[in-house]
Amino acid sequence: MTQHTVKSYEDDLKFLDNRISHMGGMTERLLGQAFDALSRRDPKLAGVAIASDKAIDTMQREIEEHAIAMIAKRQPVADDLRHIMASLKISADLERIGDFAKNIAKRALAIAGESHPKPLLLGLGHMVELTLRQLKDVLDAYAARDADKALVVWRKDEQLDAMYNSLFRELLTYMMEDPRNIGLSTHLLFGAKNLERIGDHTTNIAETVHYLVHGQTITDDRPKGDNTSSTLIQRG
Amino acid sequence: MMTGAAAAQIMEHAKTTPHHVRIAINNLDFYYGTSKALKSVNLPLYANKATAFIGPSGCGKSTLLRVLNRMYDLYPGQRATGEVVLDGENILKPGLDLNLLRARVGMVFQKPTPFPMSIYDNIAFGVRLYEKLNKSEMDERVQRSLEKAALWKEVKDKLNASGLSLSGGQQQRLCIARTVAVKPEVILFDEPCSALDPISTAKIEELIDELTSDYTIAIVTHNMQQAARVSQHTAFMYLGELIEFGETNGIFTSPQDKRTQDYITGRFG
Repeated sequence: MTQHTVKSYEDDLKFLDNRISHMGGMTERLLGQAFDALSRRDPKLAGVAIASDKAIDTMQREIEEHAIAMIAKRQPVADDLRHIMASLKISADLERIGDFAKNIAKRALAIAGESHPKPLLLGLGHMVELTLRQLKDVLDAYAARDADKALVVWRKDEQLDAMYNSLFRELLTYMMEDPRNIGLSTHLLFGAKNLERIGDHTTNIAETVHYLVHGQTITDDRPKGDNTSSTLIQRG
Repeated sequence: MMTGAAAAQIMEHAKTTPHHVRIAINNLDFYYGTSKALKSVNLPLYANKATAFIGPSGCGKSTLLRVLNRMYDLYPGQRATGEVVLDGENILKPGLDLNLLRARVGMVFQKPTPFPMSIYDNIAFGVRLYEKLNKSEMDERVQRSLEKAALWKEVKDKLNASGLSLSGGQQQRLCIARTVAVKPEVILFDEPCSALDPISTAKIEELIDELTSDYTIAIVTHNMQQAARVSQHTAFMYLGELIEFGETNGIFTSPQDKRTQDYITGRFG
């Protein structure tokens, strides 16, 4: 890309990209820590994860202020405008993702004392894995301005929804099997919902990357896979 | 030469848009002596819309504007080939009444150019060339023109004062009133705000916005944001070629040509 005649404009844009990539890294780490704290029953790690959300919030404000100042100062147009708007939107999505991840860490604290039958955590572990991969891929797509890669992430969210649906049924089954599982299962269920929502924000970022690169929004219909709001386990 | 693809895209735009084409510029070439300043320009100007011409100095945007009312005819050695069709009539054809053309296609220049006469006469002068109005009709025309140019309130008590006694911004609005007074169809603005302060600039921009409901407007401006604010369509020119034409919102959010993008984002050269 040709450089701006005004060099400091270039620095301003680079600053935004650096912050986004830093913020993305922090968000990934927070989510990883939150699940580790949950599965290892490690309240200390949960505390670390919860505390790191503050730094993510601060970073979002920093990006926002910088972007607003740039709009006032430079009256950006075309790809510059899309770049600045993209960093505003992506930082907001990352901030929400951080909140959901923090919520999982909080649940780790709540269920630290409960018994943890291993299989209950297995499904959630798979969901975390896919969520993290999606998040990483979409951040890579942003850094590389790779709209095709963003589109792959966008489509793949369906898998995350499918995992959430099956986990929903699975956890309901555990609860029916043994009422002592209800407390833990409910927390895990909310955890799974958090991951599903993180997936949605990840697809938002994918859409933003697509707009950033092409100047057009994705026009396909994204397959919506979360149907738990109409799901009930029938008593046999 | 404009690329075939760009020309096709512009023709397609003119075909699919619901707007009425007031001026159609077809294969226009322009020469200053032997040097070619416009190269095969194709462009529609839509009725009741403002079209902005943007591009770096020397790209031909002012030349293009000057072709639209044959201002170049005043200078020897300058000529245009191709067609500029205003309401079905090629205005480049020889023998056209240029005074009449310039009443139909008015022009406002970069620097305010009031005549050294009273505010009233600045406006009445042009009208008298084309129409015979009695005193009360002329009074009304002067008032209406000044109102259209958003200047009436400021000058109604000093219509006999010299036009030169007004501030720069007021002088520019006086020139707009003068242009409007002869009931043109098209108004050309050649960097109308470049000599004005921000408040006067805002007034002129507001005025251009209001004028689009009655006139077809073409504006040359170096101020990118101004083009984005006042126009509905934007044409980007470079080295005598029309590079990109489209709806202003599209040009300023997702330009299709890399040269357009580089220019409007300040990456040129």
